[in-house]
Amino acid sequence: MKGVYGLYETPQAAQRAFDGLRAAGIPAGDITVLSSEPLEEWEFASQGHKTVMPWIAVLGAGLGLTTAYLLTAITQKVWPINTGGMPIVSNWTNIIIMFEMTMLGAVIATVVTLLVSARLPSRPPALYDPAVSNGRILIGVSRPHSERLEGIERALKTADAERIGRVS
Amino acid sequence: MADRLAADLLRPVFQTSRSYFALVGLLAGIVLCGIAAWGYQVYYGFGVTGYNWPVYWAFHETNFVFWIGISHAGTLISAILRLVNATWRRPVTRCAEVITAFALMIGAMFPLIHLGRPWLAFYLIPYPSERGIWPNYRSPLVWDFFAINTYLLSSLLFLALPMIPDFAMIRDRATGWRQKIYSWLCLGWQGTPKQWHRLESAMHIMALAILPIAVSVHTIVSFDFSMAVVPMWHSTIFGPYFVAGAIFSGIAALIVVMSILRKALHLENYLLPLHFENLGKLLLLMSLLWGYFVFNERLTAWYGNSPHEMNVFWSTQSGEYSPLFWTMVLFNFVIPFPLLAIRKLRSISTAVFASCCVVVGMWLERFLIIVPSLARKSTPYSWGTYSPEWPEIIIMIASFATMALLYALVSKLVPIISIWELKGGKQPGLQAAASVHEAETAGELL
Repeated sequence: MKGVYGLYETPQAAQRAFDGLRAAGIPAGDITVLSSEPLEEWEFASQGHKTVMPWIAVLGAGLGLTTAYLLTAITQKVWPINTGGMPIVSNWTNIIIMFEMTMLGAVIATVVTLLVSARLPSRPPALYDPAVSNGRILIGVSRPHSERLEGIERALKTADAERIGRVS
Repeated sequence: MADRLAADLLRPVFQTSRSYFALVGLLAGIVLCGIAAWGYQVYYGFGVTGYNWPVYWAFHETNFVFWIGISHAGTLISAILRLVNATWRRPVTRCAEVITAFALMIGAMFPLIHLGRPWLAFYLIPYPSERGIWPNYRSPLVWDFFAINTYLLSSLLFLALPMIPDFAMIRDRATGWRQKIYSWLCLGWQGTPKQWHRLESAMHIMALAILPIAVSVHTIVSFDFSMAVVPMWHSTIFGPYFVAGAIFSGIAALIVVMSILRKALHLENYLLPLHFENLGKLLLLMSLLWGYFVFNERLTAWYGNSPHEMNVFWSTQSGEYSPLFWTMVLFNFVIPFPLLAIRKLRSISTAVFASCCVVVGMWLERFLIIVPSLARKSTPYSWGTYSPEWPEIIIMIASFATMALLYALVSKLVPIISIWELKGGKQPGLQAAASVHEAETAGELL
């Protein structure tokens, strides 16, 4: 069996199911939670909240800044153009290019981090139900041990599951 | 309630009326006329336009600055409201972000349209050139290239990322080829807590990054003028003046677009009077700020009494451009101010009327910044005048049609209000939809 899950109408019921599974000996990391909206204030939806995304954005910004400095300064040295008495490497004007590329670096680094850390694009998961798109919250366990299956289903049912689904 | 939300907001994606096809056909026809006018201009040269010595920047540049200004509606407003966690923003943000993306694309077309040989536009791109000519990084036009492309890419990403969960929602409801397309577009989105958290974090970081980018873009557009020693252009106030004007025209455009969407897509339960009132207050604030900048700019020029500047100054105050100048003041300040400031006069209709005035007024403002200064440059023997010919006028009309066409097309592909954001915020739109649903359910039971 690939997995078993319950669908819940409210976050309260989903939290009860989550607690029930934990009580049945399922580690929090093995519980699948899917929802059609962020529910970060609930414990069941608070997994994986540590991220280095802001630091990677800063790193991307630094990379953009360095690239822009090198692009402008090296270009101006290799092809010197005298413009209005400004120095050949004109940092006052180059700051504009550096600023834009710094911000661009931060934005691109953020998006790449999002895609990598959220595993996008990804294949369809083992546990999924289109009812999630209708606002239901899916709580389930992928590839459960057969001896724990009964306890898992009991925990999902006692939390007022709208429906219990099995994926085989 | 979630079903009701999705049904209301996804209806335009799944249902298409005949009038929609008629509208798209009409708009596409106007856009084709614009392309033909551009082709005519390229084939016969700029002699067919009103461009003539000494006015070589006119309608196309006005449209360029105008559309870049309009682009400040979306991402900037959306980013600010996201950062201050204004919950009422949720139905508004995507409408606004779509404006940004399309207005930037349209605005960025005008420098190309203005080129006599548009196929040489790649000269702006920094690449190792066998001609030995590299872009001059001291040129404001090269700054434009970097700024506009950075803003465009950031805005497209800022618009596209929150669409992913909504694409997943459409995937789960669609069938056949549509399901395949949306399965691809949603990148396999599942809605795990980790994915939601990463998406929210990314949106927050991007909002922080996009604010200074947006400010820099219109400042750099203002540098196209203020870096030149041309009367009434060479001004230190131009940066913030342009940014304020851009936000002003952007909010006005957003209100107009929202009112059209509200009627056309039947979004009365989501785009509420509250949204128009709040945006109307922002518009009022920007009208005052705009008035303040105009007064500052004009007073400084008048007080300095430099003959070069006064020639331009009087041509706009009482000379040949004065009808346009006073119409601009009327449309940007005199009409919107009472309509938006007096509580009894505030309504959706008055906000939309004031916004329409502001859109026209801000277009005139861009024209008045560009043309009179070139027509009345330092020495009287180089004075001239400008009046547009039909190619410029048709291209301008086509730019508005392009905006409408792109908006019509995108409203078929994605819900124009972000469903997951609306669900996530316990905000008025959702409550209104819920109350309507409850009332209807009660009616059915009775």
